[in-house]
Amino acid sequence: MDIVLTLLTIIMTAATPLLLAALGEMVTERSGVLNLGVEGMMVMGAVAGFGGAYVTGNPWLGILTSILAGMLMSLLFGFLTLTLLANQVATGLALTLLGLGLSALIGESFVGQPGIKLPTLSGIDPLVPFSLVMVAAVSWFMFRTKMGLVIRAVGNSHTSAHALGYNVIGVRYLSVLFGGAMSGIAGGYLSLVYTPQWVENMTSGRGWIALALVVFASWLPFRILAGAYLFGTISILSFVLQAQGLGIPSQFLSSLPYLGTILALVVISGNKALTRRNTPASLGQPFVPDR
Amino acid sequence: MTSTHGTPLLEARNIVKTFGSLRANDDVTLTIMPGEIHAFLGENGAGKSTLVKMIYGALQPTSGQFFWKGRQVTPASPSVARHLGIGMVFQHFSLFDSLTVAENIALAMPGPYDLPALSGRIAKVSASYGLPISPTALVGDLSVGERQRIEIIRCLLQEPQLLIMDEPTSVLTPQEADQLFVVLKRLASEGCSVLYISHRLEEVKALCDTATILRHGKVVAEVDPRRETAASLARLMVGGDIHAIKARASAVGLGKPRLELRHLSLPADGAFAVPLIDINLTVNAGEIVAIAGVAGNGQGEFFDAVSGERTVAPDMLCLDGVGLGGRSITFRRKSGAAFVPEERLGHGAVPSMTLSQNMYLSRHAVDPALVSSGVLNPEGARAAAERIIKGFDVRKGKPDPEARALSGGNLQKYVVGREMELQPKLLVINQPTWGVDAGAAASIRQALIDLAQGGSAVLVISQDLDEIFEIADRIAVISRGQLSEPRPASEMTREEIGLLMAGAHERAQGGSPGETSHAA
Amino acid sequence: MRLEKRAERSSTMALASPFIAIALTIVTAGLIFALRGNSPLQALYVYFIEPLTAIWSVEQLLVKASPLILIGAGLAVAYRANVWNIGAEGQLTAGAILAGAVPVFLPQWQSPLTLAAMMVLGIAGGMAWAAIPAFLRNRFSANEILTSLMLVYVSQLLLDYLVRGPWRDPQGFNFPKSVTFAEGQLLPYVTSGIHAGVLVTFVVALVLGYIVSRTVKGYEITVTGLSPRAARFSGFSQSRTILFCMMLSGGLAGLAGAFEISSVVGQLQPQVSPGYGFAAIIVAFLGRLNPVGAIIAGLLLALSYIGGEAVQTALQIPDKITRVIQGILLFYILACDTLINYRIVFSVPALARA
Repeated sequence: MDIVLTLLTIIMTAATPLLLAALGEMVTERSGVLNLGVEGMMVMGAVAGFGGAYVTGNPWLGILTSILAGMLMSLLFGFLTLTLLANQVATGLALTLLGLGLSALIGESFVGQPGIKLPTLSGIDPLVPFSLVMVAAVSWFMFRTKMGLVIRAVGNSHTSAHALGYNVIGVRYLSVLFGGAMSGIAGGYLSLVYTPQWVENMTSGRGWIALALVVFASWLPFRILAGAYLFGTISILSFVLQAQGLGIPSQFLSSLPYLGTILALVVISGNKALTRRNTPASLGQPFVPDR
Repeated sequence: MTSTHGTPLLEARNIVKTFGSLRANDDVTLTIMPGEIHAFLGENGAGKSTLVKMIYGALQPTSGQFFWKGRQVTPASPSVARHLGIGMVFQHFSLFDSLTVAENIALAMPGPYDLPALSGRIAKVSASYGLPISPTALVGDLSVGERQRIEIIRCLLQEPQLLIMDEPTSVLTPQEADQLFVVLKRLASEGCSVLYISHRLEEVKALCDTATILRHGKVVAEVDPRRETAASLARLMVGGDIHAIKARASAVGLGKPRLELRHLSLPADGAFAVPLIDINLTVNAGEIVAIAGVAGNGQGEFFDAVSGERTVAPDMLCLDGVGLGGRSITFRRKSGAAFVPEERLGHGAVPSMTLSQNMYLSRHAVDPALVSSGVLNPEGARAAAERIIKGFDVRKGKPDPEARALSGGNLQKYVVGREMELQPKLLVINQPTWGVDAGAAASIRQALIDLAQGGSAVLVISQDLDEIFEIADRIAVISRGQLSEPRPASEMTREEIGLLMAGAHERAQGGSPGETSHAA
Repeated sequence: MRLEKRAERSSTMALASPFIAIALTIVTAGLIFALRGNSPLQALYVYFIEPLTAIWSVEQLLVKASPLILIGAGLAVAYRANVWNIGAEGQLTAGAILAGAVPVFLPQWQSPLTLAAMMVLGIAGGMAWAAIPAFLRNRFSANEILTSLMLVYVSQLLLDYLVRGPWRDPQGFNFPKSVTFAEGQLLPYVTSGIHAGVLVTFVVALVLGYIVSRTVKGYEITVTGLSPRAARFSGFSQSRTILFCMMLSGGLAGLAGAFEISSVVGQLQPQVSPGYGFAAIIVAFLGRLNPVGAIIAGLLLALSYIGGEAVQTALQIPDKITRVIQGILLFYILACDTLINYRIVFSVPALARA
């Protein structure tokens, strides 16, 4: 029983950053914006979170700085894609490249420093229940409130939303910023909870997996929850198998999450019936109000 | 119901709107009285949509004023206009495919967000005006006529005093249009004014109390349409010179069969697409066959299948007796066919490529002057583009402009010219004159007739019944992916076509709910 | 401030925008140096100018630029068609693995065919690795951005496994490295510092430039990217284009991997590239998605690597700055490209009087 509980805790710990980042990206994509820079926002959140906690000595302030860093990065993305109408795919890649480089530069003096772990509340990392609450909150917001409806509408047809008098660009900025904040927390979780220290490139592709999760979940919050926990299980599985000493090379086990992501994408993308209703129709298309 | 005295509901005074060097509206003045159905007539590009978008707050005038019940107002945004009591049904609907009917309507409603209560109100309005619709249906699954109902209900729920309708019947069958007129007359009788934008003269005569006629951005007349003839209205609209098409001898059954479709079927591709079901049709050399139908009934899919953008079984499509159903569009072009799709920008031409670069698009495999052994010949492409620009009178700003810099009519002339220049044995053309000004439309129709006269088979897909009657030898109607038996144009009436558009010929395939077609 | 769409692309801006972007990047880099307390002018000189003042460092520049140009030119072609292969780093690794198999398994084989076999295997490795996302996209419409990127991690782990496990040099004191390649398994040098791969790179980029601008194949790729619907009307198959672009860019990345291990690196080791596959994304955009433009862009990016090393040695500025500068450069390029299709208007929209 204890082993099950421990395993579950470990799975939750591994799943939480994916869950947080994917939830944020889901809202961004629902508004019709494809931000491929999750990895970059996340790694900036991680370095800023560590730095914030390191400088102030308060890990909660670290979480705050990680949110701010994620939002700043997403604001940069928003300015390029929404105001300057730059290609969203390219800008997302740029955000990731910049984030990885900038975090390495900023974090240079943090390497090897002892981390400050976010205190647990009666044995539970507070961000774990927070992430679960966010699933319910985001789901309620997207499907039960007018603002959520507006976001979905903007993502479905920006021209129609504009014709009805909605501020397409404004709605998208907010959605992008929310995505940035969530990616920031996800990064902060890595450097303040998961492995409380700063390591260069410590996100190691989690941002990309989160992006895949959004597709895998066909843009539905509770499916993101399921998907994140599935991936948490896969990555823990590789640790467990390694500990068992079955003689499987560690590199093969480490590649399981990446192969699992590909498999998940294939299964879901091939199934048109699952994706057709929820895929935001204007995803990735820049909006230019006509004259 | 027209009141000729008292305060006008809406007055537009001396409205000017310029886009760059173009004066879309030039000193336009318009007065709408309470409870009247006011027609706003003009050709494509005359500036009708520009003015109503300003009334609705979607555009701002360069200069001029609006008065609402005698008080000056500034409709700065659609929500301001809606607050005043102005509702608008756009020609291009502002709907969201992946949302339900109720969600779509909620997006346009002020106040608290309460979907169940709203659904109740929708049901009530839809019942009382005879506009059947299910609040929980996904918009993507609905027909164009049903979508228009959503737009109308969306306006009615806000109890407007002025309802603007932009070319509402262009997407309806004649019978559906009649139903719409009943709703509009009832609204007017309840005191709601209607601003009715159209270029269809007969319906304006049948429906409207007053007509303001716009030409090249200027108001040229305000008349009582019931006292005018269609011809006199047309003269005001186009400015005297009405383009007449050269009459020709009927060519039905003269030539040998060129295009034969036998039991052509194609499954739906994607969430909201239409499948093609058992289509049979022969187009002979020397004739023009037209396919009528309301938008969204499978015309696009039909074009894809006939052109080879999507392939079918080999014997489903024959050109000059050879089964080409399984062959690509390139192979069909090599066999002497040519195609003009509905969408000019982004389908028939690449928007950001120049006209000479767009020459390769349909000719890279069939024109040795443009391509030799896989290598492009820019000189050849420029010369060919030049010939088409001259031959089809394509007006443009600079020598070799990008396709997107051309007006709709001029780009259509270019695309049609590009396909016709090689004298194809078969030409398939989807919506030949959609959104094209009258002059260009007439020259395109003339070119189609001339091509058929020269022994080619011409297959026209069109929503415009006037156009169809003008050029077609035989007519068939497409409805939900099924095609009616083609019959000589001289034997068919608009009413018959209307019934076919509503699906009178369909075999029992399960009609969509909520779609009613009443007998004429 | 607002953007107004131009009626047509501005060809002046299309030429000017990379230069504006470069200028802005240099200014920003100067600011970063100043913030760190370095003299910006001195640091900029060491970073951007000094590497160009000695023959040996210019040669080094060309050698570093070679993989960037080779991969960047391939990516430029793919991105033209909206085929977003961002896994070039993985395809490079796969190419290196397959090419490296020759010296690992046949350490004695040193005929003229050895190098040819290594290069062919490198290309094949890159192509095979790129064919996976292409197939998954065509068959299951799985997003190639995500799948190609995931495969980067997989190929790196595979290489890591090989050089730590079965392919480790038995005489290598347990270092995670393969055998050192023999003389006949290394690329010949045309000058003291430039290997033959550099020449191949330039030829490939020029040939690709010709294909893109003057052949039906290039037209097909461009039309597919600009307007998929028009491409279908033109008779071009999207899945064929996707496969072609992935195989081309993957094959070139694989070739770059083969070049790297048979010249600069000289053996297989856990890391065979300092992120060339990702930096080449920047090369493709900076080169205006044109293979010939990729030559200039590749040289510039190579300068950023060498400059980074230079400022680290001379001024103790961490070479992490390189990736920051590269990232900033890409941002500026994307921002400046807006000016090609839009003009900036500084005016308050005329308000109707109330």
